[in-house]
Amino acid sequence: MSAGMREFRQRAQIALEDARLQNALENATGRFWNSRREALERLPDSDGLRDHFKEMRAATLADLAPHWRTFEKMAEMHGTRIHWAQTGEEASRILLQVAGEHGAKLAVKSKSMTSEEIRLNHSLEASGIQTVETDLGEWIVQLAGEDPSHIIAPAIHKTKEQVADLFEAEAGKAVPADIPKLTEHARRRLRGRFLKAGIGISGVNIAVAESGSLVLVTNEGNGRMVTSLPPVHVAIVGIEKIAPTWADAAVWLSLLARSATGQPLSIYTNVITGPRQESDPDGPLEVHLIVLDNGRSDLLGTKYEEALQCIRCGACLNVCPVYREAGGHAYGSPYSGPIGAVISPLLFGLERNVALPQASSLCGACLDVCPARIDLPRMLIELRSDSVEKGLLPAPERIAELAAARVLEQAGLMELAGKIGRIGQRFASKNLPKLADQSFREWWRNR
Amino acid sequence: MNQRQPSVALFVTCLVDQVHPEVGIATVRLLERLGFKVLFPAGQTCCGQPFYNSGFPAEARRLAKKTIEDLEGFDTVVLPSGSCTAMIRAEYSHLLAEEAEWKRRGEELAGRTFELSEFLSQQGVGLRTGEVYGLVTYHDSCHMCRILKVREAPRRLLKEAGFKVVEMREPDRCCGFGGLFSQRMPEVSSAMTEEKLRQAAETGARTVTTADPGCLMQMRRIAERLPDSPEIEHLAVLLERQNR
Repeated sequence: MSAGMREFRQRAQIALEDARLQNALENATGRFWNSRREALERLPDSDGLRDHFKEMRAATLADLAPHWRTFEKMAEMHGTRIHWAQTGEEASRILLQVAGEHGAKLAVKSKSMTSEEIRLNHSLEASGIQTVETDLGEWIVQLAGEDPSHIIAPAIHKTKEQVADLFEAEAGKAVPADIPKLTEHARRRLRGRFLKAGIGISGVNIAVAESGSLVLVTNEGNGRMVTSLPPVHVAIVGIEKIAPTWADAAVWLSLLARSATGQPLSIYTNVITGPRQESDPDGPLEVHLIVLDNGRSDLLGTKYEEALQCIRCGACLNVCPVYREAGGHAYGSPYSGPIGAVISPLLFGLERNVALPQASSLCGACLDVCPARIDLPRMLIELRSDSVEKGLLPAPERIAELAAARVLEQAGLMELAGKIGRIGQRFASKNLPKLADQSFREWWRNR
Repeated sequence: MNQRQPSVALFVTCLVDQVHPEVGIATVRLLERLGFKVLFPAGQTCCGQPFYNSGFPAEARRLAKKTIEDLEGFDTVVLPSGSCTAMIRAEYSHLLAEEAEWKRRGEELAGRTFELSEFLSQQGVGLRTGEVYGLVTYHDSCHMCRILKVREAPRRLLKEAGFKVVEMREPDRCCGFGGLFSQRMPEVSSAMTEEKLRQAAETGARTVTTADPGCLMQMRRIAERLPDSPEIEHLAVLLERQNR
């Protein structure tokens, strides 16, 4: 996972040359965006709700530890086992240990960006545990051996014909490229896996502290199967995704699906509060929760803390003119688009992701739609400034900027530079702005 | 009469000065025809935005201070650029947050600095209605519509001047310029501009107009390579042409 300047530009170029992908990206993001706008307009005061939500998220992050202590106490009371993981490796190790204890050979997964972040599937497969994604988009991407290209629509870049080919290769028989037939095929293929799996792995949308509950939203019902059919359910959550109370979670839910797809609520909203009990005999024998830090706590108390307010709705991707051209794979991270351009360098290292803070025209459309009003443009600028300070900008560019600033500090120097530039530009790149024959100030003096 | 003539200081912006002087000239002529005395503070250069946006806050701060000094003593400052206006109005106080006196001076400048169409609209000037010469589509430049929140003023002025304004599917979708972004990510940047121009062409408008010299420069540069692109003009140029 990395995005140097050349890597980003090359991957973006591939997307730009793919007319089908361009079409799919433009249509899908446009649809999400319109639906989001309509859904928010139907709320009595969506701006006020977003303000309130931002305050709640900021207050929670400002004092995270007590909420997790409450969560842990309540969750353990209901029989959920909590594991704390500092790093992705640690989280994978914990998961493999739980799987090993139960002799699980097949894992079914519900969509989890956090598991993508730590490359959990690789660890599972390397340990001989067959892992099957059960979210339709994630399964498609898994069959293609690719990474998700959108936070909520992982296979946004695939056409139905490409999906039919992937399904045919997996099943060994032809599947028509017709959407109802494709989903029916997927349901049928996946049903057996749900029943056979020794372990179910899911993400978490919200951990609710006051009751120790996990909230998981899906549109396909696969989350419900993953968390209730296998004997063991392991959920994984980042430390930032906690709501102190159910009232907070309600606001969160009222914005999540609306911001993501324009739905008032996702089709399925699951609340998981521990394994099966005598009084509640459905569900798995064991529920485990891995609480993952993976660099997040380093952001607390810094100018980047605000990035942790993100609820992964993907709204910023859908409105981002850069994402809509470059596509998700250009970012070289499971988190793409504006939020990805901010958190990927923060979580995985700015040095390896120098292109990401540059992958923005700073248009501000992301800030306009973010349910938590995260000031992504500000953080992109901060990351650019960090890049300069860490010497990650090529020296010629840095020197040119410093020199340009010196020139612009004196009108006389600017004018002189303009005159030299007019001669020099005959030999320069066509990509540079063409200087006028007579500057405005020359006209002003001569009028 | 002359004593009561209101005066405005023009902050023409470095891009207009060096690349699109016709925008500055049209701004001067338009303001003068509408009865304003135009002053040009001669020391002015750049508001600092390119440096601020590309990660050079110290350089941006020096240019911000210089701009504050250059524009001190003028009651009203007008710019033919939404994004430079947004820089002064929204970012100077952040940039200078740690130097109380400079911050105060920056905020004071912010209070009397206006983007051209915003200024004309607030002044309630009566534009002359020129001959209607075809459909125009207006591109909302990013900082103009999202930071200054000015969307209506330019459209109203265009209509007042006799243009028929048609809307693009996404009038506020970025044109792809983004300052140094267009140099650092030229492929994506050009693709964004092509998308913008495609949407503009779909409207059937003969002219695309915008209130930002950056967008103007970018759209023109890319339009040159494309067949059948609409003409691209700064708002000030169109308004001035109708008010001769």
